Amino acid sequence: MAAGFKTVEPLEYYRRFLKENCRPDGRELGEFRTTTVNEFGAPPTDAPDKGYVAAVFLSVPNVDLSPLCSSRFRSGPPGEEAQVASQFIADVIENSQIIQKEDLCISSGKLAWVLYCDLICLNHDGNILDACTFALLAALKNVQLPEVTINEETALAEVNLKKKSYLNIRTHPVATSFAVFDDTLLIVDPTEEEEHLATGTLTVVMDEEGRLCCLHKPGGSGLTGAKLQDCMSRAVTRHKEVKKLMDEVFKSMKPK
Amino acid sequence: MEGEMQTESKIRADSGTEPGPRVPGCSLRHFACEQNLLSRPDGSASFLQGDTSVLAGVYGPAEVKISKEIFNKATLEVILRPKTGLPGVAEKSRERLIRNTCEAVVLGALHPRTSITVVLQVVSDAGSLLACCLNAACMALVDAGVPMRALFCGVTCALDSDGTLMLDPTAKQEKEARAVLTFALDSVERKLLMSTTKGLYSDTELQQCLAAAQTASTHVFRFYRESLQRRYSKS
Repeated sequence: MAAGFKTVEPLEYYRRFLKENCRPDGRELGEFRTTTVNEFGAPPTDAPDKGYVAAVFLSVPNVDLSPLCSSRFRSGPPGEEAQVASQFIADVIENSQIIQKEDLCISSGKLAWVLYCDLICLNHDGNILDACTFALLAALKNVQLPEVTINEETALAEVNLKKKSYLNIRTHPVATSFAVFDDTLLIVDPTEEEEHLATGTLTVVMDEEGRLCCLHKPGGSGLTGAKLQDCMSRAVTRHKEVKKLMDEVFKSMKPK
Repeated sequence: MEGEMQTESKIRADSGTEPGPRVPGCSLRHFACEQNLLSRPDGSASFLQGDTSVLAGVYGPAEVKISKEIFNKATLEVILRPKTGLPGVAEKSRERLIRNTCEAVVLGALHPRTSITVVLQVVSDAGSLLACCLNAACMALVDAGVPMRALFCGVTCALDSDGTLMLDPTAKQEKEARAVLTFALDSVERKLLMSTTKGLYSDTELQQCLAAAQTASTHVFRFYRESLQRRYSKS
């Protein structure tokens, strides 16, 4: 009977739960879903065979929302949601200065690395931006670039696959997303249904020093300064949890 | 047939070169707004902020494609055309921001199964482009007579390397700034409708910028009111 009510009046169904300060999947309003990192292996970065001007920082993020992850998406060119997510990741990379341009340079004026970051969504149940940022951070920490020397006689690049080094990750940005219901209630880590019913969403990206890399609020109902402050403090807590999780995972993965 | 009404209002002349002091001193650039300048769209407006200029046209409420129709409210669409080149992913992202801001204020429930299209054309870009787009969109929606629960405005803040706050930065100031924050605020309670930021900044700086933007938005809303009063008092 509850399923019938949910189909006909989803917003009312949700409101009944929110009045009791809990959510249909059993979580508290401020509770996150459990985060796990699956080790699939580092994506290989290809050495460019043409020279790029060294001072230009080139990293091309692409978020792929395919029909695999949700029935909402069709195959074909990236839809609006995928494009917005790709732009968001590009902004996070640029704003948080997670990698410096100089680290990607091989020989100034002649050769530099291009980083292609492809984020493929396997299952879409809301909160795609948080998951993408986390996946990006995990993948970048795992990236190993081979050593490249330029042979002076032939002026070609020689790649030494045996000698690889990790990327220098300077900051660890972590995204925390909130959904706003009826202009007042704030929920963390919204599922897809909650996102659909929400009157607004907010994503805060913070690094470990408490600096904000991005405050992404794409429209929706208004927020007061006090509510914003509340979101910031939750983002700080979330960052600590995520950082702890990441450190554990990488400690166990290092001897590869 | 209604003639064009041009309204110009100098809020506060700003030389544009000196950075504002630590306390937000409302130094917005010269504003100008022109409404009803295009004959085909239901509503149109051109908004100027210093040298940045955006032209907006609104069609609606009009017929909607069955695939896009929503049974209980109007479907809002925003199209943003850059000055040169083809629209890319950045434009799509901005369109989504403007669309969601408009959706929060437009009373879509009064026009179910219709579409309201906002088309924005960048005429010149000299800094604070997104804020100018938001202002132009709001004025065009008013000109078209679309029912809204509040007006909204866009304000841009820039923070430079020693933490000085600059409102409504020029293109040069934006490039040199450590962080650029754009906010959309509503006219009823100055609540934050939309925010998008670039660069690194701290929590306290965010609150400072938000407070400065809220003060600046009062001037923008006063300008809206004056220009609309002038327009409707003559006709």
